[in-house]
Amino acid sequence: MVRLIIDGKEVKAAEKSTILEAAQSVGIRIPTLCFHEKMKPIGSCRMCVVEVEGYDKPITACDTRVMDGMHVTTNSERLFKMRQETLKLLCANHPLDCPICQKAGECMLQDLVYEFGVAQVDNKLPATKQRIAPYATPMIQYWHSRCILCLRCVSACRELTGAYAIDIKTGENGPIISVNPDKCVSCGQCAQVCPVGALIENKHSMRWRPWDIKKVRTTCPYCGVGCQQLLHVNVKTNRIVSVTGVEDGAPNQGRLCVKGRFGYDFIYSEERLKTPMIRENGELREASWDEALDLVANKFKQIIAESGPDALAGVSCARSINEDSYNMQKLFRAALKTNNIDHCART
Amino acid sequence: MTNSFGEFSKAKMFMVIGSNMTEAHPVAASFVKNAVTNGAELIVVDPRRHRLVDYATTHVQLKVGSDIALLNALMHVLIEEDLYDKKFVASCCQGFDELKEKVSTYTPEYSSDICGIAPDAIRKLARKISSVKPMMVCYTLGITEHTCGKNNVQSVANLQMLLGNLGMEYGGVNPLRGQNNVQGACDMGALPNVFPGYQRVNDSTIREKFQDAWKVEDLPFLNGLMIPQMMDGLVSKKIRGFYIFGENLANTEPDIHKVEHELASAEFLVVQDIFLNETTRFAHVVLPAAAWSENDGTFANSERRVSRVRTATPPPGEAKPNWWIFKQIAKRFGQDWKSDSAQEIWDNEVSVLAPNLAGIKYSRIENDGIQWPCGTVDHPGTCYLHKDGQFTCGLGKFNPVDWTPPAEVADDEYPFVLSTGRRLYHYHTRTQTGRCAGLNDLLGEETADISFEDAQALGIADKEMIRVSSRRGEVIVRAKVTSEVPKGLVWMAFHFRENNANWLTNPAFDPDTLTAEYKACAVKINKLEN
Repeated sequence: MVRLIIDGKEVKAAEKSTILEAAQSVGIRIPTLCFHEKMKPIGSCRMCVVEVEGYDKPITACDTRVMDGMHVTTNSERLFKMRQETLKLLCANHPLDCPICQKAGECMLQDLVYEFGVAQVDNKLPATKQRIAPYATPMIQYWHSRCILCLRCVSACRELTGAYAIDIKTGENGPIISVNPDKCVSCGQCAQVCPVGALIENKHSMRWRPWDIKKVRTTCPYCGVGCQQLLHVNVKTNRIVSVTGVEDGAPNQGRLCVKGRFGYDFIYSEERLKTPMIRENGELREASWDEALDLVANKFKQIIAESGPDALAGVSCARSINEDSYNMQKLFRAALKTNNIDHCART
Repeated sequence: MTNSFGEFSKAKMFMVIGSNMTEAHPVAASFVKNAVTNGAELIVVDPRRHRLVDYATTHVQLKVGSDIALLNALMHVLIEEDLYDKKFVASCCQGFDELKEKVSTYTPEYSSDICGIAPDAIRKLARKISSVKPMMVCYTLGITEHTCGKNNVQSVANLQMLLGNLGMEYGGVNPLRGQNNVQGACDMGALPNVFPGYQRVNDSTIREKFQDAWKVEDLPFLNGLMIPQMMDGLVSKKIRGFYIFGENLANTEPDIHKVEHELASAEFLVVQDIFLNETTRFAHVVLPAAAWSENDGTFANSERRVSRVRTATPPPGEAKPNWWIFKQIAKRFGQDWKSDSAQEIWDNEVSVLAPNLAGIKYSRIENDGIQWPCGTVDHPGTCYLHKDGQFTCGLGKFNPVDWTPPAEVADDEYPFVLSTGRRLYHYHTRTQTGRCAGLNDLLGEETADISFEDAQALGIADKEMIRVSSRRGEVIVRAKVTSEVPKGLVWMAFHFRENNANWLTNPAFDPDTLTAEYKACAVKINKLEN
């Protein structure tokens, strides 16, 4: 363990931990922007600068390791001004188009600008010059002028997805994000970690505000990994509008794949079955629940009476919830009196 | 899975056999990739050079259906060169002598002829996998979807027992399950031989327990039928009433012509689903169900973790939760089931009746789920099984097995091997992903993936429409010429109806599990006549 002082408070921290981690462990908040807990420190934004005794210049807390006897100050007038300057620089190249930005209200840059009272920014980009640039996948819109080059997307694609589809290259006006559609797997992890409105989901034209969103935690309906998702439900329209990974949820730790993130809207298809149906003269016609269930029960009773319960068989669903499978096997065993119940586990 | 996804990124060595994890379980694969970045060795054993191979230190490109020949040869070398875990084998296992005798004939030279891997490469691989401890083995349907599927699984387990890689973190035998709740459907006893919690229906004490709980008499004691037997029964009229809940059998079972004949033969077919699909065409009654995110409940994932599923928005029209529908039918049989919500079913029935799940209650899984076995409400759950080599049955039993070829192999008339699976952008028969904005743009049609060599020999260009036929049927499909498949192999998925691989697949089954051989049948490919 290493002992250090942060803002006058004695802190014990694990060796090799960073100043940021040590501060967080005792509830001291250091503002961050490019830092993301699930990824290695990027150190691109300089929001997390702190003063360390013995060092003339402030250093970044996210990628500086603790040392025994360190004296750290996380907040001072100088640091406040430095952070303000950092934000001003970012805003100078960031269109202040918050009113039309999907991310407004949950934008880290917006929150920091508000927190640090940044005003009178010499913005070089007129808002009319908005452009959506081509991106690695059609599932994401890339509002490239909003990009603050924090490089979270680059790290996420490497460290979280392992796809290496996003990189940084030199463009005409300085560094830009470059994408490789051949390597992209459309998982959208880049959009999940983007702190601003540069990477926005391109799934539908619906718009919403973050304060209209209720987040519901659930488990992904596709493969057997069981990723934990947050369903973003617009309470005004009662529709899921977006899905993200639960950052600390087991087992996926915030990660999702293309199906987990973008494969939710089948439930709103107009083709959903909405009423029971009974086949009559070769065609399915609508029926009431009572009529349909009476028919099923009566037919099953007739078959049992004539041929015994083992003339019935059922296949349960490996996609539906446990409680459904439980009740189906209970129906077959306890009510119909047959063990002819199976599901697709064997295929 | 004996082990957990949480261990993946810290594992030292992986053998991924018969698993296209990057496409079928992308998030699991991402943790394997993390491990590789951290210095882990990744050995991919697969006939295809799929994308996980890009991260692998070794790709063992064996022939389709030759897994046992390779695994037995690896064990042959491990024993011959004294590289196995003698302590684990002596103290935790039984049947070693039988295993030793069985694999003695599988010299690398002998197996090489079957699996296509050079004898020296087999020896090197055996030395490599014994040099790092533990090694984690992951497999998927490339192991199970064979007529020798059960033996394949046993062979994988034999290898891990011989290496002493069970009962510890970062090791184990880890089948990645295909569906979100296929583990749970097994746990719940949606199987013909067991009640919830894998309690046998032919055990009278267990039956009495369920009779008391369910307040019924005469629970059936004979094992029921498995799906392929049910389907046969539709034709022979042994099965007169058939109830399909949430499975699109008309597209997912091998040999669609055969399956549709079987479904068409049903005297009375009930289908409970969220959409009309190819299977409902044969239904006499269709019941509309609530979908994922339209009711509360739980799923169990591959690592035995029971996690919550929650309601986000209500079901459309009169669609109802599936458990509710079953309850209403039971009522018509004079049974008044008390539980009236998923939580009541779980807390008051499932966790009371299944000892392995006894400690899992809704109140405990508000956030992360819990992994069974979890016997009491203060038990934290079980991340990995067989701790310290303690197997459920006492000593771990080696089950030596012989290699057997697929039921249908390539010949002069059908000179290619067809193997099937899933692709990244769609799920199964696309009843769901086909209705999600954007996913059809990412993958809009099926392809038959063939090698450059075969494409050249047959004069087939990339993206050209070709005919793929087997003894069961034929499809017209776009060729995808790719380095992912070796010469002699055709690879297809079953996402699209028109050129679904299951028009071609062989309804041959593992004799014990009745798992179909989706991974191997014989086909021919032809250019279309103009």
